[in-house]
Amino acid sequence: MGAGDARTGTQPKLLILACGALAREILAALEVNKLDHVTLHCLPASLHNRPQEIPDAVRVALREQRGKYDRILVGYADCGTGGQLDKVLAEAGVERLPGPHCYSFFSGVERFAARGDEDMRAFFLTDFLVRQFDTLIVEGMGLDRHPELRDIYFQHYKTVVYLSQIDDPELVSQARRAAQRLGLAFEHRRVGYGDLASALRTFGESRETFEIQEKPS
Amino acid sequence: MAQDDIILANLDDAALVQQMHEDLYDGLKEEIEQGVRILLDRNWTPYKVLTEALVEGMRIVGEDFRDGILFVPEVLMSANAMKGGMAILRPLLVETGAPRVGKMVIGTVKGDIHDIGKNLVAMMLEGAGFDVIDLGINTDVDKFLKAIEEHEPDLLGMSALLTTTMPYMKVVIETLKEKGIRDKISVLVGGAPLNEDFAKAIGADAYCRDAAVAVETAKDFIKRKHNQRGAVA
Repeated sequence: MGAGDARTGTQPKLLILACGALAREILAALEVNKLDHVTLHCLPASLHNRPQEIPDAVRVALREQRGKYDRILVGYADCGTGGQLDKVLAEAGVERLPGPHCYSFFSGVERFAARGDEDMRAFFLTDFLVRQFDTLIVEGMGLDRHPELRDIYFQHYKTVVYLSQIDDPELVSQARRAAQRLGLAFEHRRVGYGDLASALRTFGESRETFEIQEKPS
Repeated sequence: MAQDDIILANLDDAALVQQMHEDLYDGLKEEIEQGVRILLDRNWTPYKVLTEALVEGMRIVGEDFRDGILFVPEVLMSANAMKGGMAILRPLLVETGAPRVGKMVIGTVKGDIHDIGKNLVAMMLEGAGFDVIDLGINTDVDKFLKAIEEHEPDLLGMSALLTTTMPYMKVVIETLKEKGIRDKISVLVGGAPLNEDFAKAIGADAYCRDAAVAVETAKDFIKRKHNQRGAVA
């Protein structure tokens, strides 16, 4: 199956099968770490609003890619699938990014968990979500068609917390405007790539190979 | 829909109820409130208005949501319209002693502030004749216990939207066991990241994937409870 060979220095063929919302960040991290032997394949970012569809979408994509790569990392956290994604990954023998969602691994999983209820009333944005705010939040949640839904969706939130991956004043301004639109306070945390960078580095530098398992029928 | 062309008060009862179903579908709160008032003026009982105009209308909304014809924003608009109608009917239902089916204490669990689904379930249960004690969001086990002690409900409903908060449901169920009251109450759980397996694993009685299922499940548990009582007697 074309596995990498440590003796000859052949690179294993590695694939990251990721959420489209992480594409830019994953490509940047791969470039910085000179992991150009790693291929990125993304599923639609719109699944962010329909997490119940993520496990099946990943299962189908894993089946399609089976046999083409020596090793696959799934570029999702649990992402609101309530453990259903992990079930799919356990069947296939594939790992994913750490933590419950991207806000967590961008912040650093441990640091995010330690904040606990402090962040209970935070509505998180990442660079991607700031860029796609109109499409995924305003249109995706129907706020363009029904502006009155804003108070139903966001009545218990207090603050938009922008977890930025890169330093871009324009994105900060956009995030601030997003907070105003939602009627919430604004906070900016420069978190960078957090645990995403180390997870990709570990994966990209791994020379292990494996066989993706078929789901037992 | 040419809403401006329709004068609700000019419609006969059947046409008005049909129109209210459509207005509910379209999330038109003011029209629903107006329709409710017209039917009450025509001496409909509050219970009849609730069941035939509102609950039946929301049943259609729920079916189309399940079938992927309607999406969350539209369902929320419908729910908001129904809420307007319920606000008029609620005090009248109490006054007129409309039939009560059972009692549920419901809340979003500790650490979680998401209540859209929970509110929808609470409203639909109310529409189905349940007394609903809604504890709101971020509900810890002590608050659940206190409400159970005070109201002696038939059912406990717990909701969570986050993978990180849903395990708290188990904390509540385990505490009910410790207190020796688990068998006195049926526990229904729901929320986007939940599923049947999770409900089973934490020892809940049922997982409800949407508000319509929650209502049917709640009714079913009440029926079973009555049958058990009948069998004992």
